[in-house]
Parts: sequence; C-alpha cells; structure tokens
Amino acid sequence: MTTTLPAKLDEIVEDFQALDEPDRLQLLLEFSRGLPELPRHLQEHPELLEQVVECQTPLFLSVEIDDSAERIVSLYFSAPPEAPTTRGFAGVLQEGLDGLPSAEILAVPDDVPDRLGLTRAITPLRMRGMTAMLGRIKRTVRAGQAG
Amino acid sequence: MSVAADPNEKFAHYAHPERLVSTDWLAENLDTPSLVVVESDEDVLLYDTGHIPGAVKVDWHTDLNDEVTRDYVDGTAFARLMSAKGISRDSTVVIYGDKSNWWAAYALWVFSLFGHEDVRLLDGGRDKWLAEGRPTTIDVPGDQSVDYPVVERDDAPIRAYLNDVLDHLGKPLIDVRSVDEYTGARTHMPAYPEEGALRGGHIPTAASVPWARAAAEDGTFRSRSELDAIYRDEVGLKDDDEVVAYCRIGERSSHTWFVLCHLLGFTRVRNYDGSWTEWGNAVRVPIVKGTERGEISAP
Repeated sequence: MTTTLPAKLDEIVEDFQALDEPDRLQLLLEFSRGLPELPRHLQEHPELLEQVVECQTPLFLSVEIDDSAERIVSLYFSAPPEAPTTRGFAGVLQEGLDGLPSAEILAVPDDVPDRLGLTRAITPLRMRGMTAMLGRIKRTVRAGQAG
Repeated sequence: MSVAADPNEKFAHYAHPERLVSTDWLAENLDTPSLVVVESDEDVLLYDTGHIPGAVKVDWHTDLNDEVTRDYVDGTAFARLMSAKGISRDSTVVIYGDKSNWWAAYALWVFSLFGHEDVRLLDGGRDKWLAEGRPTTIDVPGDQSVDYPVVERDDAPIRAYLNDVLDHLGKPLIDVRSVDEYTGARTHMPAYPEEGALRGGHIPTAASVPWARAAAEDGTFRSRSELDAIYRDEVGLKDDDEVVAYCRIGERSSHTWFVLCHLLGFTRVRNYDGSWTEWGNAVRVPIVKGTERGEISAP
C-alpha cells in the first residue's frame, strides 16, 4: 500500500504508525529537535529562502536541485524553536526526502501527512500546514524540472 | 484555600487584580501546595520543549474540546481532566501560554464555564517567563487522582451561541480579528491557512478592536488607563452594557473577554466561540463588508 513512498520516508511513516498517540507526539518532538541548522550559504543569504505562508508559524524553505541527470534535490528548512510542531513536520520531510532524485519526490502522494497518525492530536489546520509544505516542495521541484 | 493575590501595583488598578499574577509572584509561589500552574499553548508540542517547573499541560484541542460535537467537554470529562492534573475545586490555578496568552485566556474562559472560582493568568505568559531567563524543565508531572466534583457547564452568563448573537444585534459587539478579516478582504488570519469561512466581513454594528491592542510589546496586558481609553473612550462601552466579543473560533476573543470582564470590570460580557467560522458559513445571517460598522436592517 505504501510502496509508492521513498524508502526513508516509508520507514518514518512506519515508525509513527507503530506507536501510540503520546509517543507519536514525542517522536515528532524528536524530529523537531533534530531539524538541521541552515547551511552557511543560506544563513548568510536568507533571501534565498521562501516562506511557506500556509503554515501557522514562520517556516522558511529552500529547495536546491543539482545539475546531475537525476536532478538530486536538497531541502533546507528554518522555523523558530517556539514552533516545535512546524519544526517537527519540516524534520520529517527533510529526513524523508532530502537527497532524492526529483522524480521520486514528485511521486510522493499528497496524503503522506495523514499517514503519520497525528490527525486527532493535531488540529486539521496544522496538518494542512504540513500538506502545504509538501505541496510547496513538489511545486518547486516541478518548476525546476521544467526549467 | 485560595492563595493570596499578587499585590503588584499595576494590577491594583484593574477591576479584579486577583485575576493576574506577575512572573515575580509566580516564581516565589511555585511551591505553594494549593497552587497549580497550567500551560496552555496553541502548539501542541511546545510544553514538551520546556515549561515552568511543576506546570501541567492542558491542550485546548484534545482536552477542552469535545471530540465529536463542536462544543466543549462536559462536566464528567472536565472533572476527569482536573483530577488527572492534580486540580481540586478549591485550587488556585494560574494559566500561562504562548502568543500573549491567547490559549491561556481561552482555557481560563473554559474553566469559568465550569465555575472554577480561582483561576488566574500569568501576565506576559510563556514568552515573558522565558525572556527573563527563568527556570524551565522538561520533567512532566505524572497523572494524579484528586477529587474534583462533576459540575455541569453553565454557558449562559459568559458564552453566546449564534441565536444569542442574533438576539443581541443592536447592543455592543466587538470584533477582535485583524482589520483585513473585519473588512472581508480575507477570511482567515494573516499567515494562517484558509479555514473555510464561505463569506468574509463582520457582524453588522460590530466595532473593530483587534485583540492585540490590549497587549503590550512584551505580551503583558496594557495598563488600566490605556485599556479604558480603547474600550470606554474609543468604542464607547458603558458599565452596564451587554457585550459580545468574537473572532474566528473564540480564542482571540477570550483574551478580549478577559480584559473586559476581569481587568475593566464589565459584568455582562459573553464570548461568541462560534465566531466567524460559524457566522461566515451560516445561511441568511446579515454580514457587512468594508470598514464601516454597518447597520441592522429591519426584519
């Protein structure tokens, strides 16, 4: 059923699903803590980041695509520590999708956020924030392919 | 036994000074046995990143809202929640949270629906505590089991339903949303996702007073004289007025409800928690677009 997910993302989804709800929230918190800092070239040039306005808290994103035939995608996120849920979602997408070829990212189903089993604990509004993040990544990758 | 009020000089000017505590006061009283500190945030994970030592978490979404009906939990569920959090009926509860206490004020208002008597806000909320470099912990107190009676909610004095608001038209209404939401330029908060209101605008005759005007830069409440200047002088509220405040789902208007009731002493203030996500979707209710308050058309 989840065969369409890239391996790492699939593993993350399975990790979430294996837990009960309080532990799922703790796992999301771990992703929040583990979200990597921005690399220097983005710290020095914050204008290269774009804001995902659909998120409730400030989330900035940069999608970089290399010149190889596979068009490998690098993802960078920035969100403040007082927004752990947003950071957690960003951490899941970063760990699950960073370094993949463009085609694999475009094949990720849009309902992945719903598969984490958090829709009861986290308001629908916030879940839509994660869906919006994924949508933004895919739109940027698609534009990069076309260009 | 309730804990003595914070004698803070700023609070003394408010109608009910005992409804606020300062960070200094809380730091000194953290070990008081009959005091329970509650953190209530918008972000469900924020408490777990570090909170005031001894504080318990109450989540507005999973703890206070009914899971099925768009309503609050009932007396049984509330009693169960209080028991688990170590709160008894005579506990002094101090609530604080993120975003200038939006959700803390919302939780305080829900506690008030159940008539919990001594419930206060930490002036400045979570941000002020952290900004002052005060201690935090990630230790979560275990669930407790204390006696809390099953008290059914008494909504009428402080909660307005859609029909109450229709009956109220002609009396003071305060719209606490952003100006763009008030005029109908947008149906949701800036930087917040679309939340599914089909129509934009405001309830006819509502005055636009964005909630944040009652908060200072550091998230504390503005002084008595500053608040009087806004709500009495500018909006024209008078002591015996019946007032209804609303926003989008009732959380920002809880902040304004707190200001009007506890800081300014209005005795007949209700929060319309259905707010714009109900009104903006309801069939055939009157709506005004633009900056004018608008008038009530004859039926």
